[in-house]
Amino acid sequence: MQGFASSLVSVAFHGIAYGMILYVISVGLSVTMGLMGFVNLAHGVFAMTGGYVMLSAMSRYDVPFPLALCLAFVLVAAASVVLERLLYARLYSAGDLEQVLLTIGLIFMAVAAARLAYGTLQQPVNLPPYLKGQFALFGRDFPAYRVFLVAFSSVLVAVLWFGVERTRWGAKVRAAVDNRAMAQAIGINTSLLFTVTFALGSGLAALGGALGADIIAIQPIYPFENLITFLIVVAVGGMGSLRGPFVAALLIGISDTACKYWLPQFGAFFIYAATIAILLWRPAGLFGKASQ
Amino acid sequence: MTGPAHTGSYLSDPRVRPMEWLPWVLALVCYFAAPTYLPLGSYILIMILFALSLDLILGYAGIITLGHAAYFGFGAYVAAILAVRVTADPLIGIAVAGISAGLLGWLTGLVILRMRGLTLLMLTLAITSICYEIANKATALTGGADGLGGFNMKPILGLFKFDLFNKTGYLYCLLFLFVAWWLVRRIIYSPFGASLTGIRENVARMHALGSPVYQRLVAVYTISAALAGVAGGLLTHTTEFVGLKVLSFDLSGDLLVMLILGGVGRIYGAFVGPVVYLLAQDSLAKQFPEYWYFGIGLMLVLVVMFARGGILGIVDRLLLRIRRGNT
Repeated sequence: MQGFASSLVSVAFHGIAYGMILYVISVGLSVTMGLMGFVNLAHGVFAMTGGYVMLSAMSRYDVPFPLALCLAFVLVAAASVVLERLLYARLYSAGDLEQVLLTIGLIFMAVAAARLAYGTLQQPVNLPPYLKGQFALFGRDFPAYRVFLVAFSSVLVAVLWFGVERTRWGAKVRAAVDNRAMAQAIGINTSLLFTVTFALGSGLAALGGALGADIIAIQPIYPFENLITFLIVVAVGGMGSLRGPFVAALLIGISDTACKYWLPQFGAFFIYAATIAILLWRPAGLFGKASQ
Repeated sequence: MTGPAHTGSYLSDPRVRPMEWLPWVLALVCYFAAPTYLPLGSYILIMILFALSLDLILGYAGIITLGHAAYFGFGAYVAAILAVRVTADPLIGIAVAGISAGLLGWLTGLVILRMRGLTLLMLTLAITSICYEIANKATALTGGADGLGGFNMKPILGLFKFDLFNKTGYLYCLLFLFVAWWLVRRIIYSPFGASLTGIRENVARMHALGSPVYQRLVAVYTISAALAGVAGGLLTHTTEFVGLKVLSFDLSGDLLVMLILGGVGRIYGAFVGPVVYLLAQDSLAKQFPEYWYFGIGLMLVLVVMFARGGILGIVDRLLLRIRRGNT
């Protein structure tokens, strides 16, 4: 019994850490999909790029860990602006198929580029010494880095929530998600709003990819391997909201960790089955709006 | 849709144009001219059949799926398991593979086709992933990651043996492709096909006209799944092996790329795309795998940005320009 309780705590803890990372990566996807209705399958590319930027900054140029994180965020956000203006913006009014194809094309290119630059092996993660080792909490030892992950992501979630719910920019975003035409009509520059939001979302994905390099291995196949997971978070949570993907990410993080721990012989079967069940029950996701 | 003359539809003349015999003549010429390439040729024919099944739902009915490999893979595994455990007769195998994939398509279609957009896309992905997980974990039945092989197909009708150079296999695939082409063509030139195009172009109006949209979609999805299952069964029979790749997301992605490259919603795009893609892959991919993938990605982006109709779309525009130049 003691052993079971102990593994329960451990699964919950690792599940939450994984879920937090999933949320940080996917929240940008949720907002941009809700805002622009753009099926961006290439979101994982930003997360992977973030991971590569951080890891190579640390290993090749000895950039300290916090600075490398900032670098990943800034560089990827900047690159995403270029992509958005150059490619995405032209397809906002196109059909789903065109958007799917464009973003699959981007994934192919990113995977090939990553293979050329870094080879096919996964990148080793060298954490700074102050984040290694164990962290004692309630008489138990937890890996310090995971504790940092949960704490850092919680702060991010709080900042994000404040930004969207309490600032003028957030109000504009919510208005545009609800009704784009009306938002435009009352003088909100939706085109600029899209670009800024897209950059922020991509930057967050990069941050998530960099932070989670220890959990979700950084390798060229990353955008394909994790595509389904990120999409599940958004589809199950509901597009365009902050709360939906948060609940969905934690649910998936914990249940995936639990399945791998207790029922490894079933693999990811239950996650997919649960996704199908939830989508059939609520097609727009747990917190999505039914009309969209 | 006011498409160019090549695009088959209910409104155009249903008779087979002389040009439409060209692929079959070419296929037979290849049989005699390039006997060493017949294994690749069979694979191309199988992918054409698979692409044709996707074209039916994606190009005509407008169902965007990233999981069509589920039905291909299901058919392939059914054919293999049948050959190992019950009978190695190829025709029975194809029939069972097609019917069971069709059944799976019908069952999943009943459930998922009530949805649209991202939800539908997610459901197709999730279904394929579940099939993949099952094939991966049920090792006793499917061989898991090692795949399932070690069976020998019996001669077709007891007469034509499968040979090492795949001569029989090639003609066997060609025959099924021909039947499927005839079937798909009939569907597209029928009122049923017209209603599918209507659903793609304007669902709300089809509802308003009183068209049973959901039933039409389920019907075409079932047919398409059955054709994909036949293609999967053919792959199992000609290679006498089946592996997890037939259920992978990669295969769905590759298939989509081939169809887009050829041209969506126009039957022969499904012929041109796989031929060009697989021949290019055969010569380039082994030497420069990274550049190959980069090129595929770039090509997709360019097609979406500049040439929505794929190769055949470009040909159409060129022909149109030449014709205009003449008058």
